[in-house]
Amino acid sequence: MKKMLIAAAAIAVTGIDASAVTLNGAGASFPAPVYRVWTYNYKRTAGARVNYQSVGSGAGINQIRAKTVDFGASDKPLKKAELDKYGLVQFPMLMGGVVVVVNIPGVKTDQLKLDGKTLADIFLGKIRKWNDPAITKLNPNLNIPAMPITVVHRSDSSGTTWIFTNYLTKVSDDWSKTVGNGKAVKWPVGIGGQKNPGVCNNVFKVRGSIGYVEYTYAFESKLATASLKNKAGNFVKPNLNAFQAAGASADWKNAPGYYMVLTDQTGKDSWPITGVTYILIYKVQKEMAKAKTMLKYFNWCYTQGASTAAKMHYVPIPKNVVGMVSEMWNKEVKYNGQMIK
Amino acid sequence: MSYCNKKLIQPEYSDRIFKVLTGAAAILAALLMLGFFVQLFWYALPSIKTFGWRFLISSEWDPVKQVYGALPSILGTLITTGIAVLIAVPVSFIVSMFLVESAPAWFSVPVSYALDLLAAIPSIIYGMWGLFVFVPFMQSTVQPFLANTLHLKSIPFFGGNYNGFGFLTSGIILALMILPFVSAVMRDVFKMVPSVLKESAFGAGATSWEVTYDITMKYGARGLLGAVFLGLGRAVGETMAVLFVIGNIQTMPKSFFQAGTTIAATLANNFAEAEGIFKSSLFELGLILLVMSFLIQVLAQLWLKRISRQMGES
Repeated sequence: MKKMLIAAAAIAVTGIDASAVTLNGAGASFPAPVYRVWTYNYKRTAGARVNYQSVGSGAGINQIRAKTVDFGASDKPLKKAELDKYGLVQFPMLMGGVVVVVNIPGVKTDQLKLDGKTLADIFLGKIRKWNDPAITKLNPNLNIPAMPITVVHRSDSSGTTWIFTNYLTKVSDDWSKTVGNGKAVKWPVGIGGQKNPGVCNNVFKVRGSIGYVEYTYAFESKLATASLKNKAGNFVKPNLNAFQAAGASADWKNAPGYYMVLTDQTGKDSWPITGVTYILIYKVQKEMAKAKTMLKYFNWCYTQGASTAAKMHYVPIPKNVVGMVSEMWNKEVKYNGQMIK
Repeated sequence: MSYCNKKLIQPEYSDRIFKVLTGAAAILAALLMLGFFVQLFWYALPSIKTFGWRFLISSEWDPVKQVYGALPSILGTLITTGIAVLIAVPVSFIVSMFLVESAPAWFSVPVSYALDLLAAIPSIIYGMWGLFVFVPFMQSTVQPFLANTLHLKSIPFFGGNYNGFGFLTSGIILALMILPFVSAVMRDVFKMVPSVLKESAFGAGATSWEVTYDITMKYGARGLLGAVFLGLGRAVGETMAVLFVIGNIQTMPKSFFQAGTTIAATLANNFAEAEGIFKSSLFELGLILLVMSFLIQVLAQLWLKRISRQMGES
């Protein structure tokens, strides 16, 4: 409190302009690689400093509710009712793919083909060997060794897990009945790794392992990804086009509070485990300068930041949706009853 | 030096002030301990009310259905600590014995320094080394050797698949971590045995082993036990080194090769994201860990008392 008063006094005395405001955000680690580059570039070009702590989606929601940060970030969307209860608004910032990574000697990237049910059975511990008929049937031309499968999942609770288990819940009755959809779940088998890098590392270290991570992490650690069968029945390789195809079918207009889940989408090229990552801010802003800088920053992310995001294999939010979001800002985000501008 | 004569505080008061200040510091330490207990208990209360005693004996851990049980974490903590102590204590005993009794000075001095330096390595370094070097080594060499070459896989607790992670790996890493502590204390204990005692035993015709067993160990029993409990206390609560190599899953331990979790690892994994009853359950786990550490201390004190009484009688 004292610190805040001093800071407020300092601003009052020196009349620091909006460009010197520091924004603090915390949350999802899924989009963190892009947010890091964005904040760096924004500091250089626009001068405002944005600190983003990649602490995980749940922690991001907790922190914005505790008002310790200016914006929260989450991969798990909040329902409209929850948003209204806390006085928050949420809007999509990026879309991206969660991919399946494997470490099987002799199997290169995108060679292994899996469908949703087989993937669920592996993560349920029903399929325990790589040469199981269910897998070899999908991969007749691939020489798969008779090796035990080690499942690697997240040990911390995470938005990436939420997206992944949301997909498994949709494609497997067994999964939805016994495990379900959550940021952390009761994993029937496997070992846990800390955050995306921890899962990458464990998959890299353990021969015969399979895990799931955000695409950038798989790409950067050069792990072999698996192709997945989508709802249309096609095997798709994980890449930006496939993530984009999944995003294209989203009907943002009829999504209250932008609640949108992009797993198991129709569309012949859609990557089945695509997720949306969100930003959460308060409807009632406490400082005009801060609110102004914040919305300016997010707008910069949508426009100038889009190409950076695409380069890092994330899908930027389409222009028409950005238009809808800024309209929503004008209508709902206020300082002292005034529009932020 | 006139100000010396005009003392600000009269000597009869200074003693009293000193007493009050030191007493307050001591009470603060006790209050802190009590505060931890009360606070943890308070935050754990929703979980205690919801799950009751079942929390201690249930192996259920389902964040989707919001049902939590502490048994896998508690057993994991006991198993890894047990393995660590079983390995570290005999090795430390032999090492410190050798350094004090048999090694020449040109050898024992640098080795003693090395041991002290080992004790200064932060636990995260052990964790990283464990993950990048030790886990692959366990998967490719140690576990196949134990399971297949020694045919341990057919007996209980050694079966199942292995992948380098798990209780055995964590236990060994913990053993390496507490080894320098335990042996440093044991070394000092051995050094403290008066040479008159040892020399007279040797003079009476005792062998090295008899001197060690009957003189050194009996004389230093308190210190040796203290060393063991010091190691135990460190291993029970160790977080980072274990987190990296235990595998972090909530299942009942069936094999030493299996992945699992400990109380400290469960807390570190889940705290940032937890809320509601999940968070409360984590606080209850924390309370259990605190009680476990507390019990270790109490047991150590009781045991030491018993030993000193026995020795006093004989």
